[in-house]
Amino acid sequence: MSVMAYLILASVLFTIGAVTVLVRRNSIVVFMGVELMLNAANLAFLAFSRMWGDFAGQLAAFFVMVVAAAEVVVGLAIIVALFRTRRTVSVDDENLLRH
Amino acid sequence: MSPVSTAPDIVIDWTTLSPVIIVLGAAVASTLIEAVGARKARSGVAVQPPYLRVVQAGVALLAVAAAGLMALRLALQSEDSIGLNGDGAVVVDPMTLYLQLAIAACALIGLLVIADRTVQGEDAFAPQAAAVPGSEYEHKARRRGMTQSDVFPLVLFATGGMMLFPAAADLITMFVALELLSLPLYLLAGMARHRRLLSQEASLKYFLLGAFGSAFFLFGAAWVYGATGTLELTGIAAAVATPTGLDRILVVGMVLILVGLFFKVGAAPFHSWTPDVYQGAPTAITGFMAACTKIAAFGALLRVIYSVAPALNWDLEPILWTVAILTMVVGTVVGLVQKDVKRMLAYSAIAHAGFIMTGVAAWSADGLTGSLFYLFTYGVATVGGFGVIALIREVDQEGHMRGEATGLDQWRGLGRRSPVLAGVFAVFLLSFAGIPLTSGFVAKFAVFAAAFGAGGWFLAVVGLACSAAAAFFYARVIVAMFFSSPPEEPSVAVSGVGIGVRTLGLTQLAVAVSLAFTVVVGVVPGWFLNFTRGLAQLLW
Repeated sequence: MSVMAYLILASVLFTIGAVTVLVRRNSIVVFMGVELMLNAANLAFLAFSRMWGDFAGQLAAFFVMVVAAAEVVVGLAIIVALFRTRRTVSVDDENLLRH
Repeated sequence: MSPVSTAPDIVIDWTTLSPVIIVLGAAVASTLIEAVGARKARSGVAVQPPYLRVVQAGVALLAVAAAGLMALRLALQSEDSIGLNGDGAVVVDPMTLYLQLAIAACALIGLLVIADRTVQGEDAFAPQAAAVPGSEYEHKARRRGMTQSDVFPLVLFATGGMMLFPAAADLITMFVALELLSLPLYLLAGMARHRRLLSQEASLKYFLLGAFGSAFFLFGAAWVYGATGTLELTGIAAAVATPTGLDRILVVGMVLILVGLFFKVGAAPFHSWTPDVYQGAPTAITGFMAACTKIAAFGALLRVIYSVAPALNWDLEPILWTVAILTMVVGTVVGLVQKDVKRMLAYSAIAHAGFIMTGVAAWSADGLTGSLFYLFTYGVATVGGFGVIALIREVDQEGHMRGEATGLDQWRGLGRRSPVLAGVFAVFLLSFAGIPLTSGFVAKFAVFAAAFGAGGWFLAVVGLACSAAAAFFYARVIVAMFFSSPPEEPSVAVSGVGIGVRTLGLTQLAVAVSLAFTVVVGVVPGWFLNFTRGLAQLLW
């Protein structure tokens, strides 16, 4: 299969992730959207790595996975702390900060 | 490039990396101190030895000061310290060293505000950030005088990431530095002692939008890698200079990278997190974050743009122009209607991001000098300004100190009750507005002159118009402080008046240092401008 197919898949995944962040209300689902975007980037890195025959892209994917794991730790901690305070994870209910 | 069969020689010049290494090393040490020192009791609320917080604050202050001195020393002898380092992952050049010095200076002043506490032993942070607000557990922690001393390692990690961010020579190092500076800040934003719900909400918004922004950066990096076959900025610059069939992919990638960086600098239309986070985060953290993140993120933006500038100028210039103009206009116009001081300063920060971008978009040595100078002086004034806000508190009927009084109507008549504090804040506001004899004027002059000089007169005119309009909302605070009568029942405690905010005096020290720098650089800017220009021209 050509590299193009992977790149189209990566773009579709990235778009789904970005739209999820923008339209969904549950902060955990929003966070999943972000993770999907990161994985789309990983897929693109790997496809390009294969295309160039260069392993820097694979290395990048490893770094991204580690960083994404650290991000999960911080993100879930924040979401759980907020849930314990308010009993909701909806980003629409978090509306104390306004103009 | 073929797979490596034998281990290549990796040459690392530890001396030029020392500012970053000192800060990150201290962060690790500080985490260990926390792990060893903090837990005395396994069940229920832990007991902390009282010296723990002092030790942590001391380690943090010493490390940041040492890193700043090291960066200054390297900058002054910079000819022999220029170049790629760490096997091509990091570039230490005059711009890196200047920005590291600026970040260390602002972080040091910010740390003084963070380390400060009232004489009753209350600092700006929740006794236990994990405790549910209003729960029995939180009351217990408060009664036992717990403090969240992990604040210091977190600040150190963030500072280390900030110092690495503008030094990154490849896109993966840049991404790691971006996350290293962001993740601790997401947590710190949610740790306020007072108004904890607001603080937690700020933390969540900062996290979700920050992660969204870095995903754009990363996806852009992947496409640039696809178009050029390398992640190193020098390699990308070389590949950009020779057109291939993949130019479209390259431009898409660069635009996505810029979007990620625009999120971090708080440029419109990617600014929506800024006001909420600035308002909700503990004021001490807001000051640190506002100054240092802006310096670091603009440093990375300058690094990316100036690496690929010569070849992609035509494609990127319209984007920079649009974002700069939009940022200035949005920051100024929305800032005009704010009723909360912290929120107003957030919109002011957005407008300032636009002003700095006019210098970036000038693509010249003057523009670079102006942007760097602007970042340093704006950063110092910002930490000082938020330091003042941290000193103006609400009191309840029983005379207990509450959170910061940030409502503009609470600030009415402050000039009569505490002329010194109000006067100092007025100086910072005048500096933000760009009034002569403050550092803000010199900085604005430098970037607008550079924009004019480079033919960007339209950008400079919009900038001047926005500065004039923005001066109005700074003036509104000054009028409220000095020319309107205080509310009937003052609900605000000010240091030096009656009950007063009695602290260890570290915040006052931080404010005094920022004030001195703002006024001295404003009155005699020559030496500092020459220092900046000398470093910028080495790079150009």
